[in-house]
Order: sequence, then C-alpha cells, then structure tokens
Amino acid sequence: MIDYNKALSCAIKDMKPSGIRKFFDIAQQIDGVISLGVGEPDFKTPWLIRQEAISALEKGKTCYTANAGLMTLREEIAKYFQRTIHTSYDPNSEIVVTVGGSEAIDLCIRCLIEPGDEVLIVEPSFVCYRPIVSLCGGIPVVIETKAENEFRLTADQLREKITDKTKLLVLPYPNNPTGAIMRREDLESIAQVLRETNIIVASDEIYSELTYSGKHCSIAEIEDMRERTVVINGFSKSFAMTGWRLGFLGGPRELVSQMLKLHQYAIMCSPTVSQYAAIVAMRSCEKNIETMRNEYNIRRRFVVDSFNRLGLKCFVPQGAFYVFPSIKSTGMTSADFCEKLVYSKKVAVVPGDAFGECGEGYIRVSYAYSLNHLREAIKRIEEFLEDIKNADLQKT
Amino acid sequence: MNQLIKLLKSNARITNGELAVLFDKTEKQVADEIDKLEKDGVIKGYSAIVDESAYDPNSVFALIELKVTPQSQSGFDEIANQIASYEQVDSVRLMSGAYDIIVSVTGANIRDISQFVSQRLATIDAVQSTATHFVLKVYKDNGIMLSSDDEDERGLISP
Repeated sequence: MIDYNKALSCAIKDMKPSGIRKFFDIAQQIDGVISLGVGEPDFKTPWLIRQEAISALEKGKTCYTANAGLMTLREEIAKYFQRTIHTSYDPNSEIVVTVGGSEAIDLCIRCLIEPGDEVLIVEPSFVCYRPIVSLCGGIPVVIETKAENEFRLTADQLREKITDKTKLLVLPYPNNPTGAIMRREDLESIAQVLRETNIIVASDEIYSELTYSGKHCSIAEIEDMRERTVVINGFSKSFAMTGWRLGFLGGPRELVSQMLKLHQYAIMCSPTVSQYAAIVAMRSCEKNIETMRNEYNIRRRFVVDSFNRLGLKCFVPQGAFYVFPSIKSTGMTSADFCEKLVYSKKVAVVPGDAFGECGEGYIRVSYAYSLNHLREAIKRIEEFLEDIKNADLQKT
Repeated sequence: MNQLIKLLKSNARITNGELAVLFDKTEKQVADEIDKLEKDGVIKGYSAIVDESAYDPNSVFALIELKVTPQSQSGFDEIANQIASYEQVDSVRLMSGAYDIIVSVTGANIRDISQFVSQRLATIDAVQSTATHFVLKVYKDNGIMLSSDDEDERGLISP
C-alpha cells in the first residue's frame, strides 16, 4: 500500500487551508443564501475586450507568446505604469505578464526568499502571502494594522519588526479586506525607514484603480524606492477580468530577469487570448474603469452608512470594494457572527480573521453587488441584530 | 451621464434621503438638484418600467415609420404633435434618413394596431406612406435588461 503521507512534502502538509474555505463549505450547504462574500467585481468584462478575445480566437491566435508576454502588451503596460504611477519600466526587461496578480506574488516571494529569511506581512490582508513564504522556508513576520490608524502601516510599526534577517516587505494597498489605502505621506515615512536597509518591497496594487479620494499612489513613486520595489498589478479588478487570469509586474531588471526564469519553467507564458484582449483593455477602456469606480463609490457610501447606522462601527474605506465593520459590540467572535448570520438570515459575509488573526472582531463585506442586492442583505443583517438584542433582553 | 439622473432612471422611487447618502450630500442639496432638473425640463416625469408582455401576453408593440410632407408654417411639428396626442402612442420622434417620423405604439392585439395605422395615421393628409414593424421581443428597454438570464455566476465566497 502506498503511503501518501510519506509521499507528500512536509511544507505542503503543514500549509493551512484558507480560513475562507471552511466558511464557504457551510454557506454552500444552505439554500437561498445571498452573499456579500465575493472578492471579484459583479460587472462583466467590458464588451470591447470580450470582442477582441473573440476576434483573436477567430484569427487563430492560439500559440504561446514570448515568455514575458506579447511585446505590444508589455509596451502598453509600460505606458500604463507611466501614466498611473509615473514610474518607467523597460518593456524589454522590466515587465512580466503573469497569470493573475497571484502568480506575480508567487514569483516575487519565491525568487527572493530562502529558508530562515524573514518576510514582513501587513495584516489583515489577502490570504496567499503567508503560505507561500512558509513554503519557501521563510518566516512570516506579521505586522498588525489597527482600526485607529485606519489600517495603515506606520513607520514605527515597520521599524519595530525589522531585523537583519528581514528580506521582503509585502505591502498590500489598497487593501483587501479593510479597504484601507496608503497616502503619499504615509508611503514617504515608510520609505524613510526602508532607505537604510536592503529590504525589497512587494507592492500588491491589484486594487489601484479603485480608490475614492484621489488617485492611487505607489511606493515605487517615492524617491529611491523604484530600485527596491516590485509593483504587482493586474486586469482582474480594474477591468473586471478575474477569469482571464492576467496580471503583471514591474521592477528593476536585476530582479525581474530572475523572476522571468521561474515564470518560463513554471508557466511558459500567460494565456494568449487574454493577452490580446488585454491590449485593448489598456488602450481603450479607461472610461469603463471610471464608470465602474463611480458605481462602486455609490455603493460604498450606502454600505458604510448602513453599518454605522446599525451600530457596527465601520471606518470609511478609501479603496477596493470592501468594508470592514467591527462586530465587537455584539460580543461574538467573527466566526460565530458569520455562522449565525448565514444560518438564521442566509447572508454570507467573511469572518475578518480569515485575513489574519488581527482581523478577529471584524467581518469583511464586499459591495461588488447591485444596490438592490445590498439593500436586501442589509435589511437581513438589521433583523439579525434585532434578534440578538431581543434574545439578550430575554436572558436578563 | 449625470449619476443622479442615471440612478433616478433605474429607480425613480428612491428617496432623497437615500440619494443624499449615496452622493455624500445633504437631503436639501439633493432636493434642490432634482428641483432644478425638473424646472430645466431635463426630468419630465417619473414612471414605472413595465414589461407589457409580462402584464398582458397578448399586447402588441409596434414601430411605425412615416413619410410626411412638411407644412409650410409649422414644418413637421404640427403633424407630430397631432400624432402624439393619441393615447395609444408611446413615443414620436422626428428622424433623419429614409423616413421622417417614427411612432411607437402599444395595442391590445395586432388588429388594434392595424386599425390605428389605417384609420388614424394613414388618413392624415400630410402622411405620404407608413411602414409598420411589429416588435417580436424586447431585450433591453430604458437601459434595463428585460429578458436577461444574467445570473450571478460567482461563488458565494472568495478571497
């Protein structure tokens, strides 16, 4: 008999399944659940982009592309970096088109981290950083951001966690799940700390197009930071293209050329049809982004207002499409709150601790849904809170 | 398009209080803005978007192209207004191109509309000819998808 336990690597066996998975399984079993739990846009990919993909298929554009991606697309990405974060990258050697932002994150961590290296991970944040670091034998060092700082990373917090083993800082802003952003002045103080070190920044900017109080600022824009930053972005959130699996990264050629080796062996190249469509996205769809952003912004105000009205305190997020209200006033844990809510009112939201321990006491609510959908969900949450209050009253 | 107008077009029953939240304004500011849109004639009224075929499966909707001889004093205006006065007429538009006026009409059945065209429209002196097109199915109306099987294909939860 084969012993699979012996066959599998310890690193993968030790890897914890995503905290979201467990809750997903619960929600899945219940009929008629309405969800506020999805981390992807509700918009369809703009028709112009879809049409370009159809046309690429019709023309039989079905072969591999260059490993780093179609040159035309890389040139468009270089222009995009220039016009959005005012930073120049050479399309020949400093840009790789990846399979979603996720692959870019993976490349970045795997190409930099050796056993024993420390990686600073800002939390609450997206779920993949920690497991990939551990898989490389690296040591995830969590920096817990706080509601009172609007979930921003502060220079003091950063300085406190740096040791001579620190190799990489994962900086995920605009942030999933909190909706926090880093303003230029916040990034400048972070840069001040990093300037003295040899630490590289993996700046995950996948939500960069979704900010609601001025344009997004990247740490790569700050003086001396371009040379120590890998900017990670993609088409999923900005152009509503999650299923196309297309992201990209830009960074100094010394790093990117090494990452390209891994990308060559592991992936070969990103999906060709998606790449052709993405050229059109870059060239002609700025207006679509704006329309979606305006729509999200309206929903954001509605959701923030609703939660604060219901007494679940919620700081005003300036980015992404999530709000992160505190449920501490209910006395429940995040997991408890979410389970009870989905069982009794059939509304699915994600427990905050799925994004790091410091997310305990919060829930992540996505507003990538129509206003009518959001209204109905909020109504049910309101009923849920009423029920709790009444139950508490009966107890006393 | 102005976002306020867009929202009102998709849901005219939304309250000023709600709009104030959505646009981060005071209720008074919203009321003033709507007032101005109404006074300027941008917003002409508020109505429900009805899928007529869902309400009455027999009802028929038609577009009628008219070629019209313009009148010496009033051009097309007088004829267009005359046609617009019939209650079964939903809309009247002056067009560039192969014909002059397009009229949309809702009727209880095909005969209803045929009678309207032959007895009311074709008999107007200035009308040279008519071409009636019956609508078979409406997919999108007033910016709203009517026959959409657009389900949310996303999972319940994702990171």
